[in-house]
Amino acid sequence: MTEPRLIEISPVTRVEGHGKVTIHLDRDNNVDEARLHIVEFRGFERFIRGRLLWEVPVIVQRLCGICPVSHHLAAAKAMDQIVGVDQLPPTAEKMRRLMHYGQVMQSHVLHFFHLSAPDLLFGFGAPAEKRNIFEVLKEKPELGRRAVMMRKFGQEIIEATAGKKIHGTGAIPGGINRNLPITVRDRFLAQIDEMQDWALDALALARDYTLEHAELVQDFGAFPSSHMSLVRAGDGAMDLYHGVMRAVDPEGRTLIDDLNYNGYYTVLTEDVRSWSYMKFPFIHDLGPSEGWYRVGPLSRMNTASFIDTPLANRAHGELRGTTNGLPNQTTLTTHWARMIEVLHCVEKIRELLHDPDLQGSDLVAKGDRRSEGVGVIEAPRGNLIHHYKVDENDQVTYCNLIVSTTHNNEGMNRAVKDVAVKHLSGQEKITEGMLNHIEVAIRAYDPCLSCATHALGQMPLQVELFDAHGDLVDKAAQSA
Amino acid sequence: MSLGRAVLIGYGNPGRGDDGLGPAFARRIAGKQLTGLTVEVDFQLTADHALTIAQHDLVIFADAMMACENDFLFRELTDSTPQGLGSHSVTPEAALSLSWLLFQSRPRAFVLGIAGDHFGDICEGLSPRAADNLDRAETFFAGWYEKSCHMPES
Repeated sequence: MTEPRLIEISPVTRVEGHGKVTIHLDRDNNVDEARLHIVEFRGFERFIRGRLLWEVPVIVQRLCGICPVSHHLAAAKAMDQIVGVDQLPPTAEKMRRLMHYGQVMQSHVLHFFHLSAPDLLFGFGAPAEKRNIFEVLKEKPELGRRAVMMRKFGQEIIEATAGKKIHGTGAIPGGINRNLPITVRDRFLAQIDEMQDWALDALALARDYTLEHAELVQDFGAFPSSHMSLVRAGDGAMDLYHGVMRAVDPEGRTLIDDLNYNGYYTVLTEDVRSWSYMKFPFIHDLGPSEGWYRVGPLSRMNTASFIDTPLANRAHGELRGTTNGLPNQTTLTTHWARMIEVLHCVEKIRELLHDPDLQGSDLVAKGDRRSEGVGVIEAPRGNLIHHYKVDENDQVTYCNLIVSTTHNNEGMNRAVKDVAVKHLSGQEKITEGMLNHIEVAIRAYDPCLSCATHALGQMPLQVELFDAHGDLVDKAAQSA
Repeated sequence: MSLGRAVLIGYGNPGRGDDGLGPAFARRIAGKQLTGLTVEVDFQLTADHALTIAQHDLVIFADAMMACENDFLFRELTDSTPQGLGSHSVTPEAALSLSWLLFQSRPRAFVLGIAGDHFGDICEGLSPRAADNLDRAETFFAGWYEKSCHMPES
C-alpha cells in the first residue's frame, strides 16, 4: 500500500492555451478525484470596458489567435443590436457567413489533421516520440499537405471577407465594409471541387475511425449530458452563424427551444468553484448538478433537426443513426462531427460563392440606438456569447463573454474523471501513455483554455507528484 | 551569400504586453522596405506557415523571448527533430520541419528572439525594456540584412 498521491499534468499539450490536470490517487492507487484547472485569468471583460463600440469587433480578436473571427462576428452581432439593426442587408449577412464558414473550416482542419491525427493513427498509448504529427507526415504526407491547403483556403476566405488574416475589420456594427469582387469569387470557385473532395475524404477517415473503434469510443469519456447550441429559427436546421437557442437532455427531450438568445441570461447561470478561474454554466432551472450541458460539434449534431446541405445532412443522418436518434454521448465521436461540419462549411461556401448578393453594394443598415446588445454565434468549439452595454458616449460599460470552453467546463472535467478512473486506477506506475489518455479526452473538446503568451522559452509539459502531505515527491517534464 | 526570396515572420499577441514584440518588430522592418524581403505579421506561428516557408529561400522568425538576460538573440536554425506540434505552440523548428516534410523545401532560417519582461496580462503596449530591445534588434537586423544581401556569393 502506498501513500495517496497527487499527479499534475501542466500545461496540457496540443490544446489552445494552457491548462493543468490534477489527479488524486488514494492509498490503493485508485483515482479519487481528477480535475482540469484553468491556470490563467483572462480579464478581458475588464479590458474591454471604456472602449468605443465601433472598435470592439476588432479588439476582441485579441482574445484568441486561433478563432479571432468568431469573436469578431459575435461582437459585431452584439453591436448590430446596439446601433439598432435587427436585419442586415443580404450582402452583409452573406459576407459574414462566408467569413464564418471559412473560419470554422480551417479551425476544424487544423485540429483534426495536426492535433488529433497522431492519437487516432498511432493509438493513445503509443510512445510520445511516435505520437506526433511529424511521424504521421512521414507515413501520410498527403494528409498534411491537404490540411495545409485546406487551411490556406479557409484563411484566404477570411482575408477576402475580413480584410486581413488577423485583426480583420470586415464586420462593422450594422453590416460589413466590403463585398466580394468577381475575380476573387472565381479564384475560390476554381478550388471548391477539390476542397469538397478532400472534405469527403477527411469525413470518411473520421467516420471509419469511429465505427472501427466502436468499443473504445463507447468506453472512452462517454457519459450522459445535455447539449446546447443555436439552431435555425423555424425548422431547427444546424446554423453556425445565427439562430435561436436549443438544448436537449440526455434522452433527447427538449429543455430549451426557440429561445431568442438576447435572453440567454434568463436560462443560464454561471457557477463559480474555488479551484478554477473558469466558471461552470448551467441551466438554472435544473441547478448545477443537473443543468450542465455540452456544446460544440457533437452537441450541434445532437440538437439540430437536420443540416441544410445535402452531403453533410446525409452524414448527419448516419451519425445520428448510430444512437437511433438519441443524443450521442461519446467524446471521441466529436471528431466525426467536426468533419461533418467541415463538409457543411465547404458546401455552404460553394452555395454562397454562386450567390450574386455577395457582389451587392448595400453593405450597412442603420437603426435607432440602443444601450445593450447580445451576439451569439456557433464558433468552431461551440456556442459563443458576447453581451455588452454601452453608454451615451459610445463607451462599453459592461461586458460578459461565455466562450465555448466555459460552456464545456463541466463536460471536460467529467471526461477527465471518466478516463482517469478507467485507465489509471489500480496502476502502480503512471506512464506517459496513460497520462496521454487524459489529454486525448481534453483535446477532443478542442478547448481554448486561455489565449496566453506564446513567446520563446515557454515551459513544456510538466508532471508533478505530491504525497499525502502535499509535498512534491517527483517531477518530470516532457516535450510539448 | 545571395538571400534570394526572403520572408520575415513576426508573430505574437499585441494584446498581451511584450508578447507583441514580434509583430512590432515586423512592422518596423516592413516600414524600411528592405530589398527582397517580404514581411508577414501573425498572431502566432501555425502549421500552415510551412507553405510560406517552403516558398522562400530565407526565413527569419521574430518572436518575443521570455526569461532572457540578453537584449535579443539571433541564431541560425539547425536541423532538429521537433517532438510535437500545437496550434498555439508551433516552434520555428517545427514549422521548418513541416516545410521539409510537406513540400521538400528547407530554406536557411534564423530566429530573432527579442527579450521582454511583461507577459500574460491583457494589456497593450511594450514595457520600457522591451521597447529598448526592439530598437536594438531593429538596428542589428537592418544592418545584418543589408550586409548579407550585398555580400558576394561565397
